Amino acid sequence: MMFYASLCWEYMKNYAKTRLTYRLDFWIEVLSDLMFQGLNLIFILIVFQHTPSLGGWSEAEVVFVYGFFMVPYGIFGTFFNLWNFSERYIVKGEMDRVLTRPAYNLYQILLENMDPASLFGSVVGAIIMAVSWSTLGLPFEMLDALMLIVFIIGAVLIYAGLYTALTAIAFYSDAPTGILPLMYNIQNYGRYPVNIYNKTIRFLLTWILPFAFVGVIPASYFLDRNEDGLSTLALLTPLVGVVVLSIGLFVWNRGITRYRGAGS
Amino acid sequence: MASAYLDLIRIRFLMMLAYRVNYYSGIAIYAINIGAYYFLWKAIYGTQTELGGFTLAQMTTYVAVSWMARAFYFNNLDREIANEIRDGSVAIQFIRPYSYLMVKLMQGFGEGIFRLLLFMVPGMIIVCLLFPVRLPTDPGVWALYLVMLVLSFLINTQINMLAGLFAFFVENNEGMLRMKRVLVDLFSGVIIPISFFPGWLADTMKWLPFQAITYLPSSVFTGRTAGGEAYRVLGLQVVWFLALLIPIALVWRQARYRLFVQGG
Repeated sequence: MMFYASLCWEYMKNYAKTRLTYRLDFWIEVLSDLMFQGLNLIFILIVFQHTPSLGGWSEAEVVFVYGFFMVPYGIFGTFFNLWNFSERYIVKGEMDRVLTRPAYNLYQILLENMDPASLFGSVVGAIIMAVSWSTLGLPFEMLDALMLIVFIIGAVLIYAGLYTALTAIAFYSDAPTGILPLMYNIQNYGRYPVNIYNKTIRFLLTWILPFAFVGVIPASYFLDRNEDGLSTLALLTPLVGVVVLSIGLFVWNRGITRYRGAGS
Repeated sequence: MASAYLDLIRIRFLMMLAYRVNYYSGIAIYAINIGAYYFLWKAIYGTQTELGGFTLAQMTTYVAVSWMARAFYFNNLDREIANEIRDGSVAIQFIRPYSYLMVKLMQGFGEGIFRLLLFMVPGMIIVCLLFPVRLPTDPGVWALYLVMLVLSFLINTQINMLAGLFAFFVENNEGMLRMKRVLVDLFSGVIIPISFFPGWLADTMKWLPFQAITYLPSSVFTGRTAGGEAYRVLGLQVVWFLALLIPIALVWRQARYRLFVQGG
């Protein structure tokens, strides 16, 4: 355990050193990242100038859901930056190097690609959440703080599990499958109240690709919105997280046994 | 000389054709995005019949045709140009007996024809089957829209070229290119029609070329803009196309004196 913690610290230091060399680039990257995520927020803000509610949800509520979503997403983005895994580790065979080392292979890969710049998204999300929390005049108790942490951890686990499983597909097929960008676009559906979608999509987002558990479901616990039992479902968030992560790790560990190394 | 340029179009088209499988998932991604906005707009309209000058049926058509137009005019010429400047291969291009920017434009055309035939058209058919999109019945509107689409492509390509050429002046413009992409998506009206923008922003947009890429042609296609007004839109596109030639020529002249290859 100590060994893994110290590894994480060493990689962090390394990251900071490389980043401080190109300071301006770092800030431009942070800014463009935030703009990318801000696009949906701008959509929400502009649209609410023309309508009082979105499927029965007020502006502050929708913004709250969005703010909540940004927090686990930023944490996930920090530790899970494997968008070019197939190219770098399978096609170029860098996996060889990783597998000869004693630490768990997935852990090493995650740390090698760490991107703490994404944490700025979490900070912005937390601020958005805090502002709409006070706009809505919601009470804030110790239990809320605790649940917030539990839900955020649950949501990060869901993301991590789903994308671990999808990344592991690279072990089975080294041709680009295009499934990662596909998933990336589907996840946007979870940022908005799920009751605006039809039944099929709602079911898909809740039980098959549980992106609703990353945004609207846990957020509705704090907003006290219990349509279709949303805020009751919220209590399942950590459980869903553990289940999805287990599936992800299982697929990964199965996949890694198929790794053969690159040619040459 | 002209035949050399035509060959460039052909080569790029064939190259894209070889990788066509990558674009099948692209169609799915665009359909997913259109779906997300379709459900959002449906919830936003609720019981209201008209918002920002659009009925819900017009908005559905607007979203579908705007995204599919983006599928056509989108290209990575900005990144290609920036990469060739950074790795120095642009120096070789300088000594060849053709115009570098024309070569890039032709390659863009090759990609555009591919995207039109294998991405936009099949995508549009699928989207029309999935969502209640209402296509115009007047063949004149179709013809006018096709001409506008070509100009959308030209204006977007010009903006991409300008952004790419900035690599001559800064060492790393990756972040800048990403920001440009967000701004073009927002200001061209793909995400939200410009008539929804707050007054001051909508007025500013009137003086910028971005609305000529998506918002104005899509408005013609949905039937919001018709008659003589539609031809005025076409005229505006031509004006922007001509106006944008000036900054490109200026930057290109300046840039050639500044070529500075990193590493190499």
